[in-house]
Amino acid sequence: MNNEKHGTIIKVSGHMVVAKDMQDSKMYDMVEVGNLRLLGEIIRLDKDKAYIQVYDDTTGLSSGELVYPTFNPLIVELGPGLLGNIFDGVQRPLEKIELMSKNFISRGIKMNALSREKKWYFIPNVISGDMVEPGDVLGEIKEKKNIIHKVLVPVDTYGKVAKAEEGEYTLEEEVVFLEDGTKIKMYQKWPVKIPRRVKEKLGFGRPFVTGQRVFDCLFPVAEGGSASIPGGFGTGKTVTEQTLAKYSEADIIVYIGCGERGNEITDVLHEFPELSDPKGEGILMDRTILIVNTSNMPVAAREASIYTGVTIAEYYRDMGYKVALMADSISRWAEALREISSRLEEMPGEEGYPTYLSTRLSNFFERSGRVSCLGSKERIGSLTIVGAVSPPGGDFSEPVTQSAMRVSGAFWALDSSLASRRHFPAINWHRSYTLYFPLLRDWLNSRINPDWEKNREKVVMILQKEAQLQEVVQLVGPDNLQDEERLVLEISKMVRDDFLAQNAMDSIDATTSLEKQFAMLDNLLFFYEECKKVIQEGVSIQEILDLPLREDLSRQKSIPEEEFVEKTHFLKKEIIDKLDKIQKYSKVTI
Amino acid sequence: MSLLTKEYSRVKYISGPLIIVNYIPELCYGSIVEISNKTGEIRHGQVLEVSEEYAVIQVFEHTLGLDIEKTFISLLENEATLGVTKDLVGRILSGSGKPIDGFGEIIPDIYLPISGQVMNPTSRERPSDFIQTGISTIDGFNTLVRGQKLPIFSGAGLPADEIASQIVKQAKVLGEDPHFLVVFAGMGITQREANFFINYFEESGSLNKVVTLLNLASDPTIERILTPRCALTIAEYLAFHLNYHVLVILTDITNYCQALREVGAAREEIPGRRGYPGYMYTDLATIYERAGRIKEKDGSVTLIPILTMPDDDVTHPIADLTGYITEGQIVLSRKLYRNGIYPPIDVLPSLSRLMNNGIGKGKTREDHRQLVNQLYSCYAEGCEIRKLVAIVGEEALNDSDRRYLKFAQAFEEKMINQRDTNREIGETLKLCWKLLSIIPKSELTRINKDLISRYFVEIMEDGVESPFL
Ligand SMILES: Nc1ncnc2c1ncn2[C@@H]1O[C@H](COP(=O)(O)OP(=O)(O)OP(=O)(O)O)[C@@H](O)[C@H]1O
Ligand SMILES: [Mg+2]
Repeated sequence: MNNEKHGTIIKVSGHMVVAKDMQDSKMYDMVEVGNLRLLGEIIRLDKDKAYIQVYDDTTGLSSGELVYPTFNPLIVELGPGLLGNIFDGVQRPLEKIELMSKNFISRGIKMNALSREKKWYFIPNVISGDMVEPGDVLGEIKEKKNIIHKVLVPVDTYGKVAKAEEGEYTLEEEVVFLEDGTKIKMYQKWPVKIPRRVKEKLGFGRPFVTGQRVFDCLFPVAEGGSASIPGGFGTGKTVTEQTLAKYSEADIIVYIGCGERGNEITDVLHEFPELSDPKGEGILMDRTILIVNTSNMPVAAREASIYTGVTIAEYYRDMGYKVALMADSISRWAEALREISSRLEEMPGEEGYPTYLSTRLSNFFERSGRVSCLGSKERIGSLTIVGAVSPPGGDFSEPVTQSAMRVSGAFWALDSSLASRRHFPAINWHRSYTLYFPLLRDWLNSRINPDWEKNREKVVMILQKEAQLQEVVQLVGPDNLQDEERLVLEISKMVRDDFLAQNAMDSIDATTSLEKQFAMLDNLLFFYEECKKVIQEGVSIQEILDLPLREDLSRQKSIPEEEFVEKTHFLKKEIIDKLDKIQKYSKVTI
Repeated sequence: MSLLTKEYSRVKYISGPLIIVNYIPELCYGSIVEISNKTGEIRHGQVLEVSEEYAVIQVFEHTLGLDIEKTFISLLENEATLGVTKDLVGRILSGSGKPIDGFGEIIPDIYLPISGQVMNPTSRERPSDFIQTGISTIDGFNTLVRGQKLPIFSGAGLPADEIASQIVKQAKVLGEDPHFLVVFAGMGITQREANFFINYFEESGSLNKVVTLLNLASDPTIERILTPRCALTIAEYLAFHLNYHVLVILTDITNYCQALREVGAAREEIPGRRGYPGYMYTDLATIYERAGRIKEKDGSVTLIPILTMPDDDVTHPIADLTGYITEGQIVLSRKLYRNGIYPPIDVLPSLSRLMNNGIGKGKTREDHRQLVNQLYSCYAEGCEIRKLVAIVGEEALNDSDRRYLKFAQAFEEKMINQRDTNREIGETLKLCWKLLSIIPKSELTRINKDLISRYFVEIMEDGVESPFL
């Protein structure tokens, strides 16, 4: 008989297994299930019975097989080797699995997340005699060409350094010794469902710059803040998340493919190693960590994936980095939660989701933030979270969208009708909002241009005016509008097509610096003001529309960043000259 | 592959497609069992739940005539498998993969689990080979590539079958003579529909390249749950063991989902939207995600599922969840169809997400992407104006608006309405430029100036009217 401590399966239903004789186990402990020793997690205890969600397909499992407790919750390994890597929802390294089980993932594979063979060159930051506390930097490793990995003192560890020597080590070797006998390795473990500790959460002060005009200009999110992107299928959630991963100002990107497509991950794996990091000379893949649990992978591991991702993200934040986490899609995580809850026969809440959905969701989003990291020296890190939401039928009144709306500071609503017109990013400017702008206003006005806020207000006003006018047009037709009103319609069309729309597939248009964003918009608004003037002088709107100015303005987006300053200057002059000419001409004819 | 185990008569109760039996030691989750009754009729079922007291078995055939006392259960295999071989090509099989064409049994090379295994995302190769279907609205506007899953969203009475079979006939990969096979799976379709496809394959001489699986409307509903899985198991074998490019057509997904709903209801699960199970997304994903390519393998599985949107409603869970999983969708429009436009593909809600990988320089043409973006935007604008005209009349329009209106008209008549001609991609692109001549050149701002000067149809310039005005 088996001497290992164990329970016995009494029921298998899908990925849910019930086992008896489990009285020593705790909630959320990991267990190994059945002859294949599939990984699972205890999600309910009832006397000696444990309800277990299994992270693998359970086909072939039978009652009577054994369950082996580990007495530990789901943990992730945090250390060098995370960057550039790709893991499943419970941090199994997919590239290594590929070496073992070929193109298809076989069940029950267990493997260390981080390589135990690879050697890293450790350079200590401390010398013997130094006092250290949790969060202090013990040393550094060059994890990737441009990224330094900091080895931190684990929580609850205080003491005086006895020895710390530079050299090559594997992860299982100790690199720092304290006088009390504590030995510290280059990696640590952390339970995923518990947020990593920080000294203090700080306020928001600067934007998370995305390079996307509609976000940076109209609906900015703060660094350390959170945003949700709800939208029906094909409206552009994934492209937006990937575009942010490519171009936003972050040091580290954690990208979670949660219940989505395999080929989208292939895209990332194909593109990221070829794109250069927007800031350094390195490649994008080097600062990226992928957590992938595609839609056809086991549901329970999907539920775990966002916790695995956010814990890794917090770990790099603790080193003082600006980290951005992209989760695509939160709805698939919520559905996994729903599936598990219904197998537990819990009382369902709205649309069958468990009643604790919004608590769990806010716990997740609350792990974002700009923080003062643990440690005796001052260090600031941030974690910005952007979560995609996939509402059934594109209907935003459903529980996941509503919960996400409540907990995230920016709400970027995608719109199917914009997407079908191929207006991308299909952000609906009337439904979207941000709570961060008041906190970012000063930074934008002082760092980019004193007119930033003013211009933003003008755009918002124009778009609102357009909506009102369109109602009128629907009733009486466009030819009953005044020229000034028609001008508003023309300008707002330009704002939409030539400024808010941004083609992620175009090499120049894909990302725009804040300076260029400002200039583009400023030119459009300048054009508007000048047109207003000449119309008041009696020039007709048709005369203005016949000018080539509109085309020049709409081609602003294809001007490369380097040439921009010069060309926009020229554009304003053109606007004045050309409008002047028709004004004089029309005066003459009068 | 019978394991020849003991027979048990332990039925506790029978309800709809489910049999609940008292504890049988051999059964495990997912086992396939043989069910026999006193008349000797053999049925099959799969274990959905096991416990130390009972097991729940889902019967693939109907449960008519089964009783509590004289129904015997024996274990057939621990997991549902299907014997596959190249010899399946040209054959007609039942919805669970057994030959029904009277040409005898097949001798399998290998038995594979029909639920398939999860492809490791790191092993996937990016689908990027352009498949020319000869249909402009697909090739030009919603390009299909090898390894893609691209469904057709149809409505009752719309010609999805015709379009699918046209694709089968015309599909080709530019610059190659493909190693091309088709797996066709009909789920809950009528005999008439089945005949349509079989005749079509016969007449076009492609029957010897097709594996056909048929679960007809009159066949057991629950068998439908196996059909797409069997089809994909065969397809994966042909693609990844034997290096063929396999096009899989699954019709009709709506019938499949209804079978899923039936099982859910029998198990007394809490239903999700419109009564469909909450796990339908995951269930459909385990089917659709089997399309794809694998690194360093020559074969591919391209998937075209066809579904009928109840009441033409795209927000219906079947269409909605499909759209959330597949890499785009081809949407048929009743309005176009009524106006006599064929194929009635509405490009605005249609989408191919893998299009960018398959088009452009070296694949189709350098101007393809921008050109199509421009046409999309013009057509959308034209449609908006058309709506406006319906309210305020055409007189209220200015000259520019009229051009867009004209453009939308011409787009539908010349581009979409190609009847059953087979258009080369070059022809489609040429037509695109021609149509753009209706719009003033200065408004073509989605295309860069270089491309315009290279491709714009100059004859329309300087006073000479566009052929479509
Ligand atoms: N910024 C953009 N620029 C250009 N094209 C875009 C942009 N955003 C989206 N698209 C187009 O829209 C398509 C669908 O986008 P995407 O795959 O991101 O949708 P999604 O919202 O993630 O859908 P799903 O919920 O089904 O995953 C893309 O394939 C692309 O063609
Ligand atoms: Mg997506």
